[in-house]
Amino acid sequence: MDPYALKTLNAERRARRAAILVTDLGDGRDRIVREGDQVAGDLGAAIAKAFRSGSSGSVEAEGRTFFLNVHLPQPRLVVIGAVHISQALAPMARIAGYPLEIIDPRTAFATPDRFPGVALHAEWPEDVLKHQPLDNYTALAAVTHDPKIDDFALKAALDANCFYVGALGSRKTHAKRVERLLALGATADQIARIHAPIGLDIGAASPAEIAVAVLAQTIYAFRSRGLDAKGAVA
Amino acid sequence: MMNDSLYLDEARDPLIIAEGWMKDGKDVAIATVVETWGSAPRPVGSHLVIDADGNFHGSVSGGCVEGAVVSEAIDVIGSGKARMLEFGVADETAWQVGLSCGGRIKVYVERLG
Repeated sequence: MDPYALKTLNAERRARRAAILVTDLGDGRDRIVREGDQVAGDLGAAIAKAFRSGSSGSVEAEGRTFFLNVHLPQPRLVVIGAVHISQALAPMARIAGYPLEIIDPRTAFATPDRFPGVALHAEWPEDVLKHQPLDNYTALAAVTHDPKIDDFALKAALDANCFYVGALGSRKTHAKRVERLLALGATADQIARIHAPIGLDIGAASPAEIAVAVLAQTIYAFRSRGLDAKGAVA
Repeated sequence: MMNDSLYLDEARDPLIIAEGWMKDGKDVAIATVVETWGSAPRPVGSHLVIDADGNFHGSVSGGCVEGAVVSEAIDVIGSGKARMLEFGVADETAWQVGLSCGGRIKVYVERLG
């Protein structure tokens, strides 16, 4: 392995950016491809697919065998609101492989008693996100119903290009939210990325069922990254 | 799928350790699982990193074949020539060691630099 490739790969991993180490198994030469880099031909197609699936493996291209070792940052889920839905979502997300954190400044809601074993921040999103910024491998679900708590986080998620942004509330509630986000400086294209009403339409009724719908929509958004120019699915 | 943890566990991450060894001036080999068949304990893409003294971090199996990979890696560090190793169920074939789980794995061993 080229020492420069190793250094580059580790730097990308530390920065929570996706990268693939491409090794020619015939001559041992390797290089790093970052997400979004243009690679032509069959190899390029295989690389694009590998970024989406996260699966490492060998590919035949241009009469050679290449090994693609895919390094994706751990996708994670940030939930704004320590509410009933979040209580169901926390264990489900953990099982599905999406570590979850909850932010809610209302100390009556954000208690370890209500959320045993969950990473909880009983603080304003403004304060938490300053230290732990959102990124492209983070999903954000805003479920407090309270603009004072949700709006800043939603705008931050759009600016950080989170792979999934969802907001709880009816279409009517969302229409008012759109006005407020425009006032905060969000663009119409950005706002179109918000999933509202939140969750895949499975007819969810209870808080736990809504949690299933949110988790399913998060997974769908993650697995279809790059397939839609706007990143908007379902 | 190879997910890097939320914030890398640098003390246990094989590729971070390999970079540290390199900075310390050590000779290093990197072993990578490139293919698996049947039940295999570690997924494709997993790493074992080895220095010239036989110190190692990471894994390419559940501990079944690491010993053999380490000794091959020391040869690779010496020669600079990468090798492809194949391990199957423990039997009389190519290798003395094997995978008790019944799977087969292919491990690519190369020198760093």
